[in-house]
Amino acid sequence: MLEPVNISLASLNIATLAPMLIAIVGALSILVIDMLKGGLNKSLYVMISLLFLLLDLGALVDFGGVFLKNGTILGFFDVMLMDGIAILSQIIIVAGSMLFIPLALTSKRFHEYDYPEYFALFLFMIAGFQFMVATDNLIMIFVGLETASLALYTLIALHNRSKSFEAAVKYFTMGALAAGFYAFGSMILYAISGSVEINQIANVMAEDHYSNIGYVLLSMAFMIAAFGFKLSMVPFHTWTPDVYEGSSAALAGYMSIVPKIAAFVVAMRLFEFLVHSGVAWLQVILYIGVVVTMTASNIWALVQSDVKRMLAYSSISHAGFVMAAILIGTTQSNTGLFLYWALFSFTNLGAFTMLWVNRQKNLLPGQSSDHPYEKFSGMVKTMPMAAVMMALFMLSLAGIPPFALFWGKLYMIGSAVSAGYTVLALIMALNSAIAGYYYLKLIVFMFMKEPMVGYNQFYFMNASLSLKTIIGIAAVGTIFAVFAVNPLLKVITLFVYNSGY
Amino acid sequence: MIDHILTLLIFFPALAAMLGFVVTKDSMRAYGIAVAFIEFALSLCLWYAYDPMVSGMQFMESMPLIPQFGVNYLLGVDGISLFIIILSTFFTLIGIASLTETRRIKDLIITLLFLEMTMVGVFAALDAIVFYVFWELSLVPMLYIIGAWGGPLRIYASIKFFLYTFTGSLIMLVGMLFMAYLYFQATGMWSFSILEWYRVMVPYANEFNEVWWMGNYQIWLFLAFFIGFAIKVPMFPFHTWLPYAHGQAPTIGSVILAAILLKMGTYAFVRFSLPLFPDASVLFMFPIAIIAIIMIIYTAMVAYAQEDIKQVVAYSSVSHMGVIILGTFALNVEGVSGSVFLMLAHGVVSGALFLLVGVIYDRRHTKLMSEFGGLASVMPRYATIFGIMMMASVGLPLTINFVGEFLSLLGFYQQSHALTLTAGVAIIVGAIYMLTAYKKAFFGPVTNEANKNLKDLNKTELVGLIPLTIVAIWLGVYPKPVLEPINNSVEGVIQLMHDKAQSPEAKARIPDLSGNEGTISMQEAH
Repeated sequence: MLEPVNISLASLNIATLAPMLIAIVGALSILVIDMLKGGLNKSLYVMISLLFLLLDLGALVDFGGVFLKNGTILGFFDVMLMDGIAILSQIIIVAGSMLFIPLALTSKRFHEYDYPEYFALFLFMIAGFQFMVATDNLIMIFVGLETASLALYTLIALHNRSKSFEAAVKYFTMGALAAGFYAFGSMILYAISGSVEINQIANVMAEDHYSNIGYVLLSMAFMIAAFGFKLSMVPFHTWTPDVYEGSSAALAGYMSIVPKIAAFVVAMRLFEFLVHSGVAWLQVILYIGVVVTMTASNIWALVQSDVKRMLAYSSISHAGFVMAAILIGTTQSNTGLFLYWALFSFTNLGAFTMLWVNRQKNLLPGQSSDHPYEKFSGMVKTMPMAAVMMALFMLSLAGIPPFALFWGKLYMIGSAVSAGYTVLALIMALNSAIAGYYYLKLIVFMFMKEPMVGYNQFYFMNASLSLKTIIGIAAVGTIFAVFAVNPLLKVITLFVYNSGY
Repeated sequence: MIDHILTLLIFFPALAAMLGFVVTKDSMRAYGIAVAFIEFALSLCLWYAYDPMVSGMQFMESMPLIPQFGVNYLLGVDGISLFIIILSTFFTLIGIASLTETRRIKDLIITLLFLEMTMVGVFAALDAIVFYVFWELSLVPMLYIIGAWGGPLRIYASIKFFLYTFTGSLIMLVGMLFMAYLYFQATGMWSFSILEWYRVMVPYANEFNEVWWMGNYQIWLFLAFFIGFAIKVPMFPFHTWLPYAHGQAPTIGSVILAAILLKMGTYAFVRFSLPLFPDASVLFMFPIAIIAIIMIIYTAMVAYAQEDIKQVVAYSSVSHMGVIILGTFALNVEGVSGSVFLMLAHGVVSGALFLLVGVIYDRRHTKLMSEFGGLASVMPRYATIFGIMMMASVGLPLTINFVGEFLSLLGFYQQSHALTLTAGVAIIVGAIYMLTAYKKAFFGPVTNEANKNLKDLNKTELVGLIPLTIVAIWLGVYPKPVLEPINNSVEGVIQLMHDKAQSPEAKARIPDLSGNEGTISMQEAH
């Protein structure tokens, strides 16, 4: 007979679930509203989602305060782990989602936004990502990851175009493979350490001085493959451009930011203790992975003829750039990771929103994709303000100072230099130079070529007040980033340092 | 107001450019001239308020931007940067006043005003990151000017210009970060302030041993900065972007590029490379001098072979940049002062020459010398001004270039007689291509029918050219008001270099001006 187990409710610390629960309750209430009265407008659901995300953000800020006072918050037998990086990444996830969800308020009608389920799935996905980062339990990470991914596949497929189905199925298949790798990798870790918690695993391994190094390396190989898929590191990146192309620009922009920060946090938890304990093999593999991801994707981006595909490759390159932080593994570099990603989300939000407002319903004859470069030809002559905005986001992505991403690059390269990775710093700098070319290409089309007949009728076709507001927010964030860098750095350093990274 | 005059100088054109969006198209040129004139007047106020006897920085402003990472909004001018700032505002005014472009004039003037902001910013910044921000930002307006108003190959030329410079600057950025890290190691604080960096003695190993190439930070940092600056100057063999940029750029683009943007590179050598890395500067003195002489001779030869008059001016401009580099790396007061003065002279002269080429291009829409001939009889005023500027360009005594070239060579003569003589002969021989070009275009009978009825310079063009001619002769005859402040500040730089030099060779090569040691406090980096 089983022993009766007595647990006091207080020891569970249910409060640690609060942020995710808010998102889940939000999703459920959207479903309930739809059940009670169907056929309501998307604007209602957008606002409900925004409200719940705002509550979510409030809860997270609250946790931030508690964390700074009392240190890491644990709950549910240490399954839930609210440390600094968990809180920071959740803030980025929720804030990023809040900026992307209003993109549903287009002036043209789009199929997917007619379903309230779209918004419910969106909130479920956010809860999934939040679970994924707020734990160091391998099983919990898996559950969070799969919840979020399954929701995301569906969101892509809802975009009702043949390419979207292709994208969703491709993403699903690749994602399933990655999940398999992940499960296998964690199984091996469990087998050699008898635990599914990353800090326990680290302790056990350190105690027996990495005697099972062969198994550790095997499991890390699986893990690198799994996270390679999620972070779209070369050579596991092949799905990315197709999936971005198939999804709506709004969702593609979302995918370039939110899922990746979640994956970065897990990668940070998983790989950094090994990098720190001097597992040279892992360091070498990460080094190669980082350099190849940055460089190869930059070169592929050079030859793209569609702006969205170019941005897809560019986001791979940015992910590679940021992955260097995990390789370097100092407090400065981890701070740089969050700073870079916060600034990147603003700029990328702007860039993808610009694509989204220029989205047309039907392709012109001879047009092979939604956003070919030619579409933006001579835009400065027909819509000067829009062209200037787009150019601004491109310059920021290219790392031209004083726009947002330059400061992220500066800090990241600075952290590489001060950790002794001078060669890596040079490679990172030179990659920014290569990337300059393809961002410039769009600027060349917009500012130096003549307008093409037919395309300019699509400019700002989708624009509504809320979309313009989002572009404005992104532009302000991009231009005046320099004033936000210091407060951000202060807060991030505090959170990262106090979580022991 | 005088305390914040530098901030005002930097951001006034940008603010005016923003407001320019609401000015109507036909009034835009007048608006541009008004803004550029106010800016120029402000820069003259700066000169007026500047104390020429002080060698250090004046009008310093400081505001923390990212204190966590040591980035401050730090500005200041000394004799070296003061006149280049005035040159920038002067040329923006001249450029807008003599603008003949009619296509999308509004965009062009807004772009020029933004460009003016970045130019003044580069020369006023004393924080490496602020410097870098303006340095990089200056590429964007120039990219647009070349790419939107240029010739048939404009897109290729503008992208080549951008990417070349961008790549070099990124390597320089890594160098800057490393320098800041060295400062961090030495003091425990991050700082990008150039003045703070001046106090760091960057490790330098004298003799070759197995750690020589690893720990010899001074050499590595010198090279990292060198790549960024050399591409901008542009030094041989990094000069290949320049002929394209000049060849395709509209007149205004070439004028600003040659007069100001190229000076950023040579200015940065004086501001960064020399005082930060004195030993490496001495080590690389002769290699760089040889590159400079190759630049002078090679580009002079290429210029001689050109058929396009604008390319002749472009290559002659590169050729004279070689003399500036030579003077800079003389590493003594005469040489560096001379090179700083030559920067101004080169700006005035090559800017004027590009304007003059633009005049004939506007009339004939061709720049080929074979199309011209005998212009002196059709356009006497044009031929006169062109002649004066050409004489200034070849360094005739009593013109502005002579002073700079003479001092630069005098400075380098103290380091090496043979190289100076080579350079001197090269400069004299270099006069051949200018004189030949002038002969081909202006003398002889008027053979081409199309040239018979060309109009001489009109008022707009004279407004731009006459002040330049006056300056070219005035500063050639009486350079003292400009040369003296430059000299005072350069003395400070040379003294700093001497005090910081670690190797005996550098101590010997860089003159000691004070007579007593240790006037500047220093901290050893470990």
